[in-house]
Amino acid sequence: MHRIESQTYQIAQEPYYAAQGNEIQLFESAYRNRIPVLLKGPTGCGKSRFMEHMAWRLQRELVTVACHDDLTAADLVGRYLIVGGETQWVDGPLSRAVRRGGICYLDEIVEARKDTTVVIHPLADDRRVLPIEKTGELLHAPVEFSLTISYNPGYQSVLKDLKQSTRQRFMSLEFDYPEAILEQTIIVHESGIDQINANALVRFAAMTRNLKGSGLEEGASTRLLVHAAKLIVYGISPLDACNASISQTLTDDPEILTAIREMASSLF
Amino acid sequence: MADQLGPVSERMRDSFSITHIEACLDDLLGAVLTSRRTASEPAYKLSQLDRTRQEFALHWTGVIAKSNSELAFQFVSHVSQAFSRLDEAGVTQWIIAAMDVYDRDGLYLGSAALRDVDHFASRLVQQRHAVAFDDVVSIMNKFVIGVSGRNLSIEADESAWTDTESIYLPRSVRQFESDRENFELYKSTVGYLLAQSRYGTFRVDKATGVPFVCTEIAKYRNPHKALKIFEAVEEARLLSCLEHELPGLARQMKTLKKAKLGEAGPVAQARELNSVRTGGKDVLDSLSLVSKLYAGNFNPPEPACYQGRIDLEKVRLITQERVESERGKFREELALLTDSALDADDCRGDGVTRESVQVSFTQNSDDETPGEGELTLTIDGKRVAPSENLVQTAKSIIQDFGSIPDDYLVSASTEHYDARPVPPGDGDELPTAHSGYLYDEWDYRRCHYRKNWCVLKELDMQPGQLQVVPQILEKYFYLVRDIRKVFEALRGEDRKLRRQNNGDDIDIDAVVESYVDVIKGEELTDRLLIRSQKLERNLAVIFMVDVSGSTKGWINEAERESLVLLCEALETLGDRYAIYGFSGMTRKRCEVYRIKTFDEPYGKRVKTRIAGMKPQDYTRMGVVIRHLSEKLKQIDAKTRVLITISDGKPDDYDGYRGEYGIEDTRQALLEAKYAGIHPFCVTIDTHAHDYLPHMYGHVNYTVVSDIRKLPLKVSDIYRKLTT
Repeated sequence: MHRIESQTYQIAQEPYYAAQGNEIQLFESAYRNRIPVLLKGPTGCGKSRFMEHMAWRLQRELVTVACHDDLTAADLVGRYLIVGGETQWVDGPLSRAVRRGGICYLDEIVEARKDTTVVIHPLADDRRVLPIEKTGELLHAPVEFSLTISYNPGYQSVLKDLKQSTRQRFMSLEFDYPEAILEQTIIVHESGIDQINANALVRFAAMTRNLKGSGLEEGASTRLLVHAAKLIVYGISPLDACNASISQTLTDDPEILTAIREMASSLF
Repeated sequence: MADQLGPVSERMRDSFSITHIEACLDDLLGAVLTSRRTASEPAYKLSQLDRTRQEFALHWTGVIAKSNSELAFQFVSHVSQAFSRLDEAGVTQWIIAAMDVYDRDGLYLGSAALRDVDHFASRLVQQRHAVAFDDVVSIMNKFVIGVSGRNLSIEADESAWTDTESIYLPRSVRQFESDRENFELYKSTVGYLLAQSRYGTFRVDKATGVPFVCTEIAKYRNPHKALKIFEAVEEARLLSCLEHELPGLARQMKTLKKAKLGEAGPVAQARELNSVRTGGKDVLDSLSLVSKLYAGNFNPPEPACYQGRIDLEKVRLITQERVESERGKFREELALLTDSALDADDCRGDGVTRESVQVSFTQNSDDETPGEGELTLTIDGKRVAPSENLVQTAKSIIQDFGSIPDDYLVSASTEHYDARPVPPGDGDELPTAHSGYLYDEWDYRRCHYRKNWCVLKELDMQPGQLQVVPQILEKYFYLVRDIRKVFEALRGEDRKLRRQNNGDDIDIDAVVESYVDVIKGEELTDRLLIRSQKLERNLAVIFMVDVSGSTKGWINEAERESLVLLCEALETLGDRYAIYGFSGMTRKRCEVYRIKTFDEPYGKRVKTRIAGMKPQDYTRMGVVIRHLSEKLKQIDAKTRVLITISDGKPDDYDGYRGEYGIEDTRQALLEAKYAGIHPFCVTIDTHAHDYLPHMYGHVNYTVVSDIRKLPLKVSDIYRKLTT
């Protein structure tokens, strides 16, 4: 079994994060008061970057788990493995974070199996314990431990909603795409693109976001804009960059693609 | 037809003789031939064509004669003329277009369309590179939503114009010689008309509630000329606004303009218009320039190709209507916010009322993009987050006025505003179908859809007596019990997968075996874990039950009993399901009866509707399949199934029988398949083997030969189908 060293989880350099509001203060207060946090927001708007930034700011390890529909409680807590003829207990990411007093970030929590709530619930209220059924252990979370989950209220189907009993244990921070000026600053910072093109990209994104619900599931995220900007800086023409990293990424529908391409060609 | 005309090899050699053709035509057109109107002239013309074209013409004469013999006579009289102007594809288009006219407007206009072959041909040649409204409308719709954030409707009209609510575009654009340029002209027109709304061409005077341009232009002695000048001035102003905000679009527009008008025209006029180009921020600047230019007898330049026209009267009416309605809406929204703000402050006790509250609404944005930027609402000195509705209304108002008029902000009372007159019927309905949904129908002879051919209504099934269902349950007491047992076993449940390389627990059996392997010197497997897997049935099904007249008696009863048993099974299983009955008479009265929708629980209402199922009229299946497919498409499920329970072939009063009905049904089923729906058919027609494989495919149907067994079978078939 390959052991992951704790240094991997420690974030040494300050990750760039431009605050949209008072989320940094809110998160910090929640952390100091041992309140778990729920991040809501569309994909690519900076939730994960925010977590990295906060882990760096609070000088804690950050254990991120990308949840998927086969993720079970055992995946989070840990399991016995056979090592050289012996059974050996191996901690899952959640137990590891609890033991080390790190920040555990469960990304897209609604994707996970329902049984994961069994382990999240006792950790997310004032008990702050993690029962490990298989070893009979009861882990008490140290003060430094914090649990954060995220979900995207935008395109979850009815089947994958976060239950009230889970929601109501968390403090919620709502994220959205940053405002135009801030988004422009972010793109410039992340890619080194010039202000004029950055401005056009931001306006292009706003146009695609207008199409949400009228053919697009989601508009272009800040992350996609950064991708496009990087391509442009590297010498790709703005139209090609937008087509490759934004339009084609957003949809396969030929009609909407044409419309989006025409929007791009109107801007550049 | 071809069969009568001899073997293939022979056909290639000679063309048909005039006598042969005349005989064929007499055969096909007998109904409209008289002693004075014989087939000899058309036959003579046809004899001049080569064999392939003759066959083509005779084939289509037959096809058209099935719809109308007179129309077929007109066709055969003009087909040689058509061939002299068009290739075969062109001639086919001419036929289809004329048939569409016939379907829509009747024989007189249909025949006229056939006679008009010259006109059609020249238009077709032009159209080679034309871009049609229908081809671009949905792209442009997305474009408008994207660029403006507003869902302006786009409609076809004689020329391009906007009334600030809708954008009207010409039915086709063919001014340029390439598809790309014609498409760009559409796009530029849309962009230009959007710019008119966005940059305030129709800005409203706060004092009168009428757009400035309407009042100002009307003051001139020659308003027509003034309007022309205004259009030119605005074109210059809007283009410079667009250059700033959508440089790519502005570039395209200029290229198109140059290509049409040449360099000289615009440049010569440029000097006079320079002032709006550089300093014109507002429609008022443009209007003052208009008065100067009008006095100086300015000759307005030729309008740019994307400019469209301005209809002042319509703009005035629509604007007034909107201003009224939005004013009410805005104040009502504001009142709601003010109330909740006051409640929160709990300052009502201090004598502060809604009327005395100071409200201000500011917008921090640059002047060039009205309606953009963040809106800030302050109620009694406190900042309040405006509701989404309020923001939308405010943005629209700002587009009209440039800012929120003061009288919108005072005395916000919850008077009920008059909503704008809503067009009759639901939004879902097409304007021409007041009575229902419109669907195309496939005509296999033409290999083409008949546009908006069927009108379908959705009605509730008349409820019957409540005791019917308990009676059926009693009759089939043992069967119901068995069905429940069987379907309980099918329910999605956890299953343990052994010997996995990834899982939650150790598989002790696998470990023990692996020890043996190791001792034997074999490789140690990594599949030592148990994983539990959850089986989820993510499926939605619609049952489409034939309640046509032919089901009268036994069949109807069997259908009712089947549905009751089926509901029991499905309730046990927990699958999402809906049940609709269908029947109708002619294409103008297709009906679908709701027995159970997806959202309805299986309760008293559904049970009485099942009890009330009565035989009705005919079986027009294609339109029903199309309608129910639309319903299924809206359901989020991994598997979607459409099960038809029927007693025979598709059949309707107006020619929807035999091959025509079967082919349309097949086409509708294919459309459903393309949309990811699995169609299946349960029938009691013992002759079904002749036609069902063609419609549903070889494995997608079951024939239940004994009607009495239908109730037993249907649940069983469903079980097999979905496991």
